[in-house]
Amino acid sequence: MTDNKYRADFPIFEKHPCVYLDSAATAQRPKCVIEAEKEFYETMNANPLRGLYDLSVKATDAYERSREEAASFIGASSPDEIIFTRNTSESLNLVAYSYAMDFLKPGDEIVTTVMEHHSNMLPWQMAAEKTGAKLLYLEPDEEGSFSDDEIMTKINDRTGLVAIGHVSNVLGCVNPVRKIADRAHRFGAVVVVDGAQSAPHMKVDINELGADFFAFSGHKLMGPMGIGVLYGRRELLEKMPPFLTGGEMIENVTLKGVTYAQIPHKFEAGTVNAAGAYGLAAAIRYIKDIGFDEIRRTEDELCERIFEGLSKSPHIHIQGSKDPQKHNGIVSFTIDDVHPHDIASILDADGVNIRAGHHCAQPLMDFLGVQSTARASIYLYNDEQDVAAFVEKTLNVRRWLGLES
Amino acid sequence: MSLESVYGQVLNEHNLHPFHKGETEGATLMLEGKNPTCGDDIFLQLKVSPEGIIEDGSFQGAGCAISQASVDIMLDLVIGETKERAMELCGEFMNMIQGKATQEEIDDLDEAGALKDISHMPARVKCAVLGWHTMEEILKK
Repeated sequence: MTDNKYRADFPIFEKHPCVYLDSAATAQRPKCVIEAEKEFYETMNANPLRGLYDLSVKATDAYERSREEAASFIGASSPDEIIFTRNTSESLNLVAYSYAMDFLKPGDEIVTTVMEHHSNMLPWQMAAEKTGAKLLYLEPDEEGSFSDDEIMTKINDRTGLVAIGHVSNVLGCVNPVRKIADRAHRFGAVVVVDGAQSAPHMKVDINELGADFFAFSGHKLMGPMGIGVLYGRRELLEKMPPFLTGGEMIENVTLKGVTYAQIPHKFEAGTVNAAGAYGLAAAIRYIKDIGFDEIRRTEDELCERIFEGLSKSPHIHIQGSKDPQKHNGIVSFTIDDVHPHDIASILDADGVNIRAGHHCAQPLMDFLGVQSTARASIYLYNDEQDVAAFVEKTLNVRRWLGLES
Repeated sequence: MSLESVYGQVLNEHNLHPFHKGETEGATLMLEGKNPTCGDDIFLQLKVSPEGIIEDGSFQGAGCAISQASVDIMLDLVIGETKERAMELCGEFMNMIQGKATQEEIDDLDEAGALKDISHMPARVKCAVLGWHTMEEILKK
């Protein structure tokens, strides 16, 4: 029996019993989120934002209330600053296309880091190429920390935009966003924060962080797939051109041209994912009810167990900080002479689900000097049994390949 | 499917002690194969005589146990054979990995038959066929 009282909220563990340790890729969903999507389609489904009848008004209300929940979740002062997207990748691309491409020029510099997920790297590579801006990468030390010197040298009066991940999807470390943002703002640069791995695990306040843009996905915080959020500071959003054009984002269209709708609708072309937004709001309420302190406690405890367990083998190496509290539930590791894909397959045979590969962070793999890693990641529904099974199977992996344990 | 049926003696032996890892002196054909899902790559070299006999071959590169063992077993099988015979074995191997091979074909594949249960591991099919696919590409040219 599990001692985790939240586990029963997740139907997947009953219908497909498994040890799920891949929440950094996507979380599982509690019943209340699944029910919310169903409730939307069963009781308030119509095309929001355009119908003149009661049902459409209901759909619109549900969608706009979800926007308010998302705004308050990250401390945005107005729901107008919340744009619903499909996911973090789309949110970051929106900033690259509608901000960077229009407001950066040759000679400007874009600063990001080598530890970014490809989603927070490729849009800036593209923006640099199109605008003639130069792209610079901050390099961390072995534990994933950026030195003051690195920050001071690379962020300067040429910097136009800084894009940084709040929590690394490989190392699990929290980056010093506030310090970087303060430096960037001194030179009038805008700060884009990839919150995909932080928003599910810690209280985010965009004002405390100093973020001008903050992106996160619904599916990593137990919401539905296909709904994501971009927070943008009002003055920036108002001066940016739309990302996609089409339905729902206009004020007036003639054969000669168009006046766009106000924010946030200017950035939400076409029929929106209202049911997804409604499900996301349910996930946010679920998290708020439990509280981040409680989520954090479970993650830290289990992470510590993993560190203890894996330390029994001299052949297992954990990437990043030696301190489990600095991993935010993300443990990337390698085993001597074993390819991470073999680790994942061997664990899968016993129903232990982990990720293996480059985690969409190939430049970080190169930087760490590994080709790929295996990664176990924890969320609030995991329990001691999960960790015990994972540790036992992982300690046994080398034996399966005919190597000494 | 039991894990033993894949991570068994044959696979482990070829993974830990590959016979054909290295360079081929006087290689006539070479190609790099890449598995986009994991970024693993292998560099395959073959020395084919004017009569079309594969006289020697080797591979380089890092990869998982399945991809490494599979390519090593493949080279064991095709060295000394004609290009046509190598292509035939390739076809049989692809069939086996898709779960479509006859017992005769599996028998014909000899040690490579040890990889037949990978047909039940869809996530690993690309690893198993990486070397074979690369050889097929070289020989087709």
